[in-house]
Amino acid sequence: MEPGQYETRRLTGWGRTAPTVASVATPTTPEDVIAAVATAGPRGVIARGLGRSYGDPAQNAGGLVVDMTGLNRIHSIDADSGVAVLDAGVNLDQLMRAALPFGLWVPVLPGTRQVTIGGAIGSDIHGKNHHSAGSFGNHVLAMDLLVADGSVRTLTPDGPEAELFWATVGGMGLTGIVLRATVALKHTESAYFISDTDRTADLDETLAVFSNGTDDSYEYSMAWFDSISTDGRLGRAVFSRGSLAKLDELPKKYRKDPLRFDAPQLLTLPDVFPNGLANKLTFKLLGEAWYRKAPKQSRGQVMNLTAFYHPLDMFGEWNRAYGTHGFLQYQFIIPFSADAELRSIVRQMAESGHVSFLNVFKRMGEGNQAPLSFPQPGWTITVDFPITPGLHEFCARLDEQVLAAGGRLYLAKESRTAPETFHRMYPGLDQWRKTRHAVDPDGLFTSDQSRRLGL
Amino acid sequence: MINAVGTPQSLLLLGGTSEIGLAIAANYAKQRPLTVTLAARPSARLDAAAEQLRGLGATVRTVAFDARDFDSHPKVVAEAFGDGDIDVAVVAFGVLGDAEQLWQDHAAGVEAAQVNYTAAVSVGIALAERFGAQGHGSIIALSSVAGERVRRSNFVYGSTKAGFDGFYLGLGEALRPKGITVTVVRPGFVHTKMTEGLKAAPMATTPDKVAQIAVDAVRARRDLVWAPAPWRVVMSVLRHVPRPIFRKLPI
Repeated sequence: MEPGQYETRRLTGWGRTAPTVASVATPTTPEDVIAAVATAGPRGVIARGLGRSYGDPAQNAGGLVVDMTGLNRIHSIDADSGVAVLDAGVNLDQLMRAALPFGLWVPVLPGTRQVTIGGAIGSDIHGKNHHSAGSFGNHVLAMDLLVADGSVRTLTPDGPEAELFWATVGGMGLTGIVLRATVALKHTESAYFISDTDRTADLDETLAVFSNGTDDSYEYSMAWFDSISTDGRLGRAVFSRGSLAKLDELPKKYRKDPLRFDAPQLLTLPDVFPNGLANKLTFKLLGEAWYRKAPKQSRGQVMNLTAFYHPLDMFGEWNRAYGTHGFLQYQFIIPFSADAELRSIVRQMAESGHVSFLNVFKRMGEGNQAPLSFPQPGWTITVDFPITPGLHEFCARLDEQVLAAGGRLYLAKESRTAPETFHRMYPGLDQWRKTRHAVDPDGLFTSDQSRRLGL
Repeated sequence: MINAVGTPQSLLLLGGTSEIGLAIAANYAKQRPLTVTLAARPSARLDAAAEQLRGLGATVRTVAFDARDFDSHPKVVAEAFGDGDIDVAVVAFGVLGDAEQLWQDHAAGVEAAQVNYTAAVSVGIALAERFGAQGHGSIIALSSVAGERVRRSNFVYGSTKAGFDGFYLGLGEALRPKGITVTVVRPGFVHTKMTEGLKAAPMATTPDKVAQIAVDAVRARRDLVWAPAPWRVVMSVLRHVPRPIFRKLPI
């Protein structure tokens, strides 16, 4: 690559915290990526996709960052088998638009479609259907990984280099750069959901709904919950659960064009929001409105992708609403058995004075064999806290409780924990380190996050 | 790395026995596991400071540093960065001296100027090179309200701090595109060993309070703060007082 193709840029994650400056390369071919990585200096290199991780995993202060979004060709989609061959910079929105006309659906969708294939593998993302479909890595049939010595390895989940495959799944880009991946898409008759909504009055009822056996009858399931009210309403939730609609389940007006990509966006937020707008009062009002807007109970409602899955996508760049101080997302998982701890943590959130509006509660299914993959059977809770004084201490206390309950944090969201805490959360870390060390003994692939957590 | 809530993992204190500097280190050490490098002339006071920080759970090492030995500064700074990134560097060394002696005793005046200004520029340049290559980090420069408008009663010290203040504000602008924040802290009268025996001025404060203001400023990536905050208003007024009147003020 010509030196002119590098640009010095200040980078942050989606939470807009902890900015650092790196030299950014923007290759458009695999050869360019290989050439760029060969120029990496002593501070190493990391791949970056669309920057939707909340913290610093796609930053590399003083080093090289390879922006992969230019490597975005969809090489093939096989309508019969559902197998797609994709460049790492292809994003899920783009893939979805390309695959839907063939009756194919992206098997794992997180809370946004603005995620690249490389990022989806590196974070081993999960979605509303984790309990029925697992995480993204479970659907990757093969990948081409550029490793530190400049060679490209073709990896499969159970081939000769399966260990490197699974170290790359959830490995936050630290084993190398994924150039291309083969992903198994899922057949669907429509792009609409048949959805059930349930509103619960408190945390007990919320846990009861999740545990009464109905959850497994839905492909997709999650709940928004109230984490602010300190009275009896704490933990009240709006459940949104459903499955992709079969053609014969759809009302007539949808049957004409059942595979239409129906995901409207209202507006893109301007970068003008003051710090402190995200406070207890505004969040209480928003939360109340969100709760009231949902019907007490509804059955069999037809919903498009935005309404059912990505309500936040109505607002582009919604992270700007938190102001320039930014925010952090705290997502943890704890085993089903730790339900007393779960209650205690939710209570502490409400009493802490740190307020969150975007609260997601989900029952997770089996994890996979990737040592750094986040999902495991249990409850996962996700909250967004604006950065305010005392947040550090509060989150550190939560870390201890999550750890004591046998739980852990998600690297794609993590932005502040202590290295030692993180190491204790992932017993597979040593095994992962060995695999990584074998292909990258000098730590060429490095990020602000890996430096911060001593990965 | 500084994390999402603005807390660093490693800190370099130039002027390793500075009470305000040590209070900043202690403030961070209480929040998160911290690696501290204390740069100062070897002394029993330095060892005691290191011990105190270790008591807070910090990992501490010391590096020999003499502010007057300008030529050694790049090497000292390189040594401090030798074990990995430095997230926050605190420039905290300086001498106050006897105000009347400083303008009449040639050697004393020159030394104050060299320690407070020349040495500060010297380490500032060395820090800029390292931080620039690192692509992240913060520098806390401990200035003084005395430098904002230099007054007759301590004009040698005041003038060195005026130079110091200007240099670090400018350095902050120069390093901004490289992702580095320089935070200039202007305390008023602080109860420390340096001011022992002096009559406390109004709004006198303590090292711990100044440290908290500095830590909050780094978190918010601010480039200039006063300690305590009302000094900003006081100095803003004093700056505009005409000289004939300023001369008569009892300050």
